[in-house]
Amino acid sequence: MSQLLTVAAEEMENPLVPPIPELVIGLIAFVIVFGFLAWKLLPNINKVLEERREAIEGGIEKAEAAQTEAQSVLEQYKAQLAEARHEAARLRQEAQEQGATLIAEMRAEGQRQREEIVAAGHTQIEADRKAASSALRQDVGKLATVLAGKLVGESLEDHARQSRVIDRFLDELEEKAEASR
Amino acid sequence: MSADPTQVLAFETDCHIFDGCGFPAPGLHSFLFEPIVGNADDAVYFNKTMLLALLGSIIIIGFFWAAFRKPKVVPGKLQMVAEAGYDFIRRGVVYETIGKKEGEKYVPLVVSLFFFIWMMNLWSIVPLAQFPVTSIISYPLVLALIVYVLWVSLTFKRHGFVGAFKNFTGYDKSLGAVLPLSMTIELFSNLLVRPFTHAVRLFANMFAGHTLLLLFTIASWYLLNGLGIAYAGVSFIMVIVMTAFELFIQALQAYVFVLLTCSFIQGALAEHH
Repeated sequence: MSQLLTVAAEEMENPLVPPIPELVIGLIAFVIVFGFLAWKLLPNINKVLEERREAIEGGIEKAEAAQTEAQSVLEQYKAQLAEARHEAARLRQEAQEQGATLIAEMRAEGQRQREEIVAAGHTQIEADRKAASSALRQDVGKLATVLAGKLVGESLEDHARQSRVIDRFLDELEEKAEASR
Repeated sequence: MSADPTQVLAFETDCHIFDGCGFPAPGLHSFLFEPIVGNADDAVYFNKTMLLALLGSIIIIGFFWAAFRKPKVVPGKLQMVAEAGYDFIRRGVVYETIGKKEGEKYVPLVVSLFFFIWMMNLWSIVPLAQFPVTSIISYPLVLALIVYVLWVSLTFKRHGFVGAFKNFTGYDKSLGAVLPLSMTIELFSNLLVRPFTHAVRLFANMFAGHTLLLLFTIASWYLLNGLGIAYAGVSFIMVIVMTAFELFIQALQAYVFVLLTCSFIQGALAEHH
């Protein structure tokens, strides 16, 4: 037994001195593991982890997008409603203004027509008066001549002189009338 | 008894207390394996730890292949478990120490390191295997060397030759007369001691853990005779307690290893302090 142990002790090397074949096998074993993990398996899982992260964040983003859209639609509706109200108010205002303008126009037109009619009446009256006045002058002249002839005699039959005298007389009358008026 | 003491397992010896034979204590020989293929003196051979290392790689790849080959946005159970592990290292270790922007590039390396080391440690309590691969210095060393090469080259790439030298030596003018001494110590500590401790920390923990487990397991068997049976019970309880403890240490050491890795990378990327 003790002999065997000494034999073993002789064979035993310092445990801190690395045997080379084990060194090589250790390197190979590790490189195999590293190679597989670095080449395929870890990139695989990284991709999936990234996808998962994106899926979670994507869900949140989608919800946020939906909320934003709902908000914008609501605002759009509100804006449309306000616009419609504004439009209605504007139309009412316009109608009122138009009505007022129409009334004013018609009133002006009525006024104008009334004045026209009045003016036409005046003109007619004036013309009538003139016609009546000239007719009257002739008739009164004739009657006066006849009358004067009867009173004064034949000398007054001379037509020219006669009419001159009558006219002068009537003009004097007229002037008197004008002055007395 | 087998002719080769390195191959003697505790239960292969019919040796019990009060039978007039000594306690077959575990020792360095417990960490030596007769090659399955070839001869230990040859340059090329194949032994149990190599088998476990390669098997462990296949198990890790198998697990992640099943979980991440066709990952789904809504994960299944397996994918959920794998994602939790992946996310723990990515967020809890890499992003925490290096930062998200710069750290992203190193996530695959750190994740691979963690699960590889954890699996190698886990072999310690897997029935039949029952040997932590990382208690052979070669395995932690090769991982520490990969990290070492990475952070040294990163330092040169990021800071240039002079900048890297300042980074390694902790150059700080305000130290005055002590500066040469401080620089020598820092250079020694950073470039030589650091990778060594990085590897040995993992190795020694697993080595010690395995030795403890062996000690109590062998003792349970050895004490199983006469009066010793009562003590064997105590020893067996210790086996269970130590197994649970090892389970914790295995994960912790894998975590510490990758945490240090990240801190080295971060130091290489950071402005020299």
